Amino acid sequence: MTYAKRFDGRGFEELRPMSAKVGIIPRADGSAMFQAGKTIAYCAVFGPRDLHPKFMQNPETGILRVNYNMMPFSGHGERVRPGGGRRSKEISMVLQNALLPVLNLKDYPNSVVDIFIELPQTDAGTRCAAINAASMALADAGLEMKDLVCAVAAGRVEDKIVIDLNYYEDSHEDGTDLPVAMLPNSGKITLLQMDGEITREQIKEAITKAKEACKKIYEVQKNALKARFAKV
Amino acid sequence: MYQELKTHLVRALTKGVRYDGRKLLEYRPITVEYGVSASAEGSARVRIGGTEVLAGVKLDVGEPYPDTPDQGNLMVNAELLPLSNPKFETGPPGEQANELARVVDRGIRESKCIDVKKLVIKSREKVWSVSIDICTINDEGGLQDAAALAVLAALKDARLPKLTEDGQVDYDAEKTKEKLPLTKDPVEVTVIKVGDQFFVDALTDEENVIEARLTAGITDKGLICAMQKGGSLPLTVEEIDKMLEIAQKLAPTLRKAL
Amino acid sequence: MTEELIAKDKEIVVPGEILATGMGFLPGKGAYRENDKVLAQRLGMVSIEGNIIKLIPLSGRYIPKLNDRIVGQVVDVLLTGWRVEINSPYSAVLTMKDATSEFIQRGADLTQYYALSDYVVCKIVNVTSQKLIDVSMKGPGLMKLRGGRIIEVNSQKVPRIIGKDGSMVSMIKKATGCNITVGQNGLIWLSGEPQGEVIAVKAIKKIEQEAHLSGLTERMQAWLEKETGVKVSLAEAPQETADEAQPMHPHHFGGSQ
Repeated sequence: MTYAKRFDGRGFEELRPMSAKVGIIPRADGSAMFQAGKTIAYCAVFGPRDLHPKFMQNPETGILRVNYNMMPFSGHGERVRPGGGRRSKEISMVLQNALLPVLNLKDYPNSVVDIFIELPQTDAGTRCAAINAASMALADAGLEMKDLVCAVAAGRVEDKIVIDLNYYEDSHEDGTDLPVAMLPNSGKITLLQMDGEITREQIKEAITKAKEACKKIYEVQKNALKARFAKV
Repeated sequence: MYQELKTHLVRALTKGVRYDGRKLLEYRPITVEYGVSASAEGSARVRIGGTEVLAGVKLDVGEPYPDTPDQGNLMVNAELLPLSNPKFETGPPGEQANELARVVDRGIRESKCIDVKKLVIKSREKVWSVSIDICTINDEGGLQDAAALAVLAALKDARLPKLTEDGQVDYDAEKTKEKLPLTKDPVEVTVIKVGDQFFVDALTDEENVIEARLTAGITDKGLICAMQKGGSLPLTVEEIDKMLEIAQKLAPTLRKAL
Repeated sequence: MTEELIAKDKEIVVPGEILATGMGFLPGKGAYRENDKVLAQRLGMVSIEGNIIKLIPLSGRYIPKLNDRIVGQVVDVLLTGWRVEINSPYSAVLTMKDATSEFIQRGADLTQYYALSDYVVCKIVNVTSQKLIDVSMKGPGLMKLRGGRIIEVNSQKVPRIIGKDGSMVSMIKKATGCNITVGQNGLIWLSGEPQGEVIAVKAIKKIEQEAHLSGLTERMQAWLEKETGVKVSLAEAPQETADEAQPMHPHHFGGSQ
């Protein structure tokens, strides 16, 4: 079977239309919104701040805590009961590992940087949108970061490698979802997951194409951060 | 110092000035946006000043509750999301979230805003279930009124989804153009008392020193459909009457934004 | 290897952005070196001094510094002192001996001096590596605050709100008739007539929004005059009063002060 044309008519390496805005939640120390196609992620960062319970404190460094959550009306089908669940917990952990490498929290012993991500509307690529929003929000919060983090869901649908899968591609029975997060300056990868069946060559192709896509995402993030301080 | 902060606020209120320069019975700018979540069957975003709240309506078919076999189901849930306020924590809804949801629910349910009898698909067997979720995005005070308005707007935005041949909801198909059977436009106004002054739409700073508050649900005909008193100080009958009068007077301001 | 300065002075840059190439440029605060490149280590405004490139922070929570004068709130009364929240990841301790120039008896009721929820102007006298912080109330201008209201601004903007030698905050005080005490930690106490307070708060928020833009002082002067009808001149040297906040670490955002 050959995947001749994408369901929404895009090129195989074409990203969905993106938009980003920084500073959308004034009460937070840093905040941002990232949208790819119909997937929207809001992120608020609080910290460094006091950490409770005390046993979680680390005297050598501040810690990062990510809480990823989908709003009950954001899923593709029925209402999603609030309270996260195992999927949200796993994504929270993976996001933490994707973002921590750029941060330096050694100057904040015993404290925590809390990242909260909420999605009001989804169409696959949620963890990637979450990372893109979180990385802008962390910068907005004034934290020391070596680089931003950019993420996109690459994948295979039938015989083609595609970039930025939407829900139909993601749930296609002969497909693979391959979310990738990377640091734009060094090209190093901080998140890599995959489900489905795929060859090694296809993985390499997917990652290479994802890197190209991330360059475009970096531009969107950069512009959104700079726009925050544009002339009033 | 708490007492001094309160005295200072009352002094300003007595001169008719709020901490942001508004009059006592003045709302901050109110905006309503419809259809902000394509995944929901109905959704809305309400901003009152800097406070922002989202509400989403999910529709499903199910069995009616045993004690109301000829009515559709309605449920209102609220999440005070930690991203909206550094003081909010993750976890199941606490006291404040619970109260917010229940007071909004009361306003919608008791006013018969939705004609739940029209939500019956097959008597005693199958009805529409309306699930409303409130999610706070930025808390700068006045969440109750913003939440109630967002829910009403989301209900107005809602369209019934298509049903499959065996009567299940087809979420993949495009929604129908059929709206929910709404009969009223209830909004909620929260009136606050500090010292001997009454005001509405409290800022976070003002919320920290309230003595008593009264939230009233008001229908488009000016009838009161829900009430909730909060705060630790008791109110006299005259005060309650005055606060209800204020609520009736200001309900049109909220409704106008729809 | 090319030596090239890529970033411009006063440019806003994001983490990871290349500021310069070559070994001739040195990374200052907020920048770092990787191989032959100098990169941004935060969201900030570029400030180039000679061949040192540093970034001025535009956001970020307050990190307590020795000798800073701050506004804090008493949140706990301890056996021999008080715990004070200072709008930072770390709270501070005020011990009995630093509390007042009076002598406090052992076993005395400490709430007579400072009670829960009291706001105080205090000074940071010690910051350990583990971020344990001591504050003191002994010194000129340090006192318990009475009445008034407290607002919070981003601590990075405080130097602009205070202005050179206190000129900006003096302008606001004169135009609105309010008493204003600005803490380095971003907490600001003010007290005056209700209308005056409203304008003072608006003025402070305006400075917070526009701190990184040039010509701010002139703009604020015009804005205050329009709002209050009071002509305030920049040339008026502020009186050195006890409650004037002298910035210990003035940040110059560039542009005219």
